[in-house]
Amino acid sequence: MIEREQVLHVAKLARLRLSEDEVETMVGELSGILEHVDRIGNLDLEGVEPTSHVVALENVLRADDAPWQSLPREVALASAPEPSEGAFRVPSPQAE
Amino acid sequence: MADILDLTVLEAHNAKMAGEFSSQEHADAWFEAASSDELNAYLWQNDRGAEAAAIEVEQDWNAPIAVKDIFCTEGVPTTAASRILEGYRPPYTATAVRQLIEAGLPILGKTNMDEFAMGSSNENSAYGPVLNPWDRERVPGGSSGGSAAVVAGGLAPWAIGTDTGGSIRQPAAFCGIVGLKPTYGAISRYGMIAFASSLDQCGPLTRTVSDAALLLAMLQGRDPLDSTSVGIEGGVSLPDREDLSGLRFGVPAELARDAVDAGVREVFEATLRKIEELGGEITEVSLPNAEHGISAYYVIAPAEASSNLARYDGVRYGMRDGGDGDLIEMYETTRSEGFGAEVKRRIMLGTYALSSGYYDAYYGQAQKVRTRIAQDFSGAFADVDFVVTPTAPSVAFKLGEKTADPLAMYLNDFFTVPMSLAGIPAISIPAGLAEPEGGGPQMPVGFQIAAPAFAEQRLLDAAYALEQGIGFDARPGDANG
Repeated sequence: MIEREQVLHVAKLARLRLSEDEVETMVGELSGILEHVDRIGNLDLEGVEPTSHVVALENVLRADDAPWQSLPREVALASAPEPSEGAFRVPSPQAE
Repeated sequence: MADILDLTVLEAHNAKMAGEFSSQEHADAWFEAASSDELNAYLWQNDRGAEAAAIEVEQDWNAPIAVKDIFCTEGVPTTAASRILEGYRPPYTATAVRQLIEAGLPILGKTNMDEFAMGSSNENSAYGPVLNPWDRERVPGGSSGGSAAVVAGGLAPWAIGTDTGGSIRQPAAFCGIVGLKPTYGAISRYGMIAFASSLDQCGPLTRTVSDAALLLAMLQGRDPLDSTSVGIEGGVSLPDREDLSGLRFGVPAELARDAVDAGVREVFEATLRKIEELGGEITEVSLPNAEHGISAYYVIAPAEASSNLARYDGVRYGMRDGGDGDLIEMYETTRSEGFGAEVKRRIMLGTYALSSGYYDAYYGQAQKVRTRIAQDFSGAFADVDFVVTPTAPSVAFKLGEKTADPLAMYLNDFFTVPMSLAGIPAISIPAGLAEPEGGGPQMPVGFQIAAPAFAEQRLLDAAYALEQGIGFDARPGDANG
């Protein structure tokens, strides 16, 4: 149903590093779930509108002014693992 | 003080008005009760106790409340039961919680749950499972298992939770209490940690239908901070309907065919007869696409989750691991160490369903099934006022019974997922007790009633009349005495 290579590819897309055991388990479990889910693949739904939102809503617009204060910088940074010089510090994006 | 704890919030309010005890005494009794949690139901308790409970004004309905740990609460640990948010103290408070605080409700604590609300048994919490107060070898249901267990177990007079595919209704059923999933858009989602944004909805878990109405009245409303919130037109008032005359209840022909445990079926059939005794009419309705609900749900919810959970990357909040390598390595290490097995499974499933070449086959198709399911309900509601089903196919199962088989766990949501996909309100009320398949002490059975969008008042009125008719008064510990 879903191959080991696909699992590794999807894990990479999702920024997850899976252990060898997790890959094995994932292949089996995802295949089982997808087999069930695939039942809807056979339904004839030609012309049916997809639903992305269930309640009929008009788009909400407001005047172009700031109705509320955003968080002060130090508050927004307070939960960060590594705040630095008023910003979020991260490791270099370039591989060594 | 024991008798205070026996009262529902409405009863306690009336007693306070009659001068039998003060709000302070009422709150103190509950703070004391909450501190003896043996169910692993609270992840954080308000240890300021009496100070936090200090109530200067005799406000209406100001009973203390337990809050699912998925609601951001300023300065208070908020983890969604995930390691990745361990120690996180949000800088702001969810609108739903803010409304409760402004109404004068002291917060008792934050309740345990399945990690990021993904689960039907509470076994996916990074902080250990919640135990069912009726039988500690059994699960309380999920994902709002902590909120259900504190109400059933006498550790809180009422609680709030969230329901994405049944996460309020199923634990309410498993714990023998009332759980209401309102219409999508009835209550603000601002500050509610997102799982599947097109499905997530906050709602009450209470001892009675009247208490659920009181809580819904406080929670509902349009919030400028959540553009999908609309509130309930006309508000919500206490239900007072005494019978069900003139009301039609539809039993889905398709759902009835599926495997339901004998004990659950027996209680369900008895409840249908009770509806007829109360003057209601039982008819069959057809929801031909409901059987595809699980398939559609387990594409849509994981797809939205995989997108929502991309934000947990070790940069802005929560834990960081692997910070010595490059950026990608830090992301991967943080997410691999921080997320539990079920969350990883759903991120994988959702990422796969959204990935290039599969989008139309999975997500697109599931959204069309969703349309069909919503149309099924619209069709049914042309003929009946309500659609009724058992809330879950079984009573609470044993800890560990379904953990090895994710699909079996997902199928437990069979009766609750269609209403979530259609965005309509549904309530679970305790309808009786049944012996589990495989034996054991009798456990509560939930009866689910669904109504058209924004028909909460009619739903509460009918549920109240039925609740009075059923007269369910068993509590954990005395059911088998």
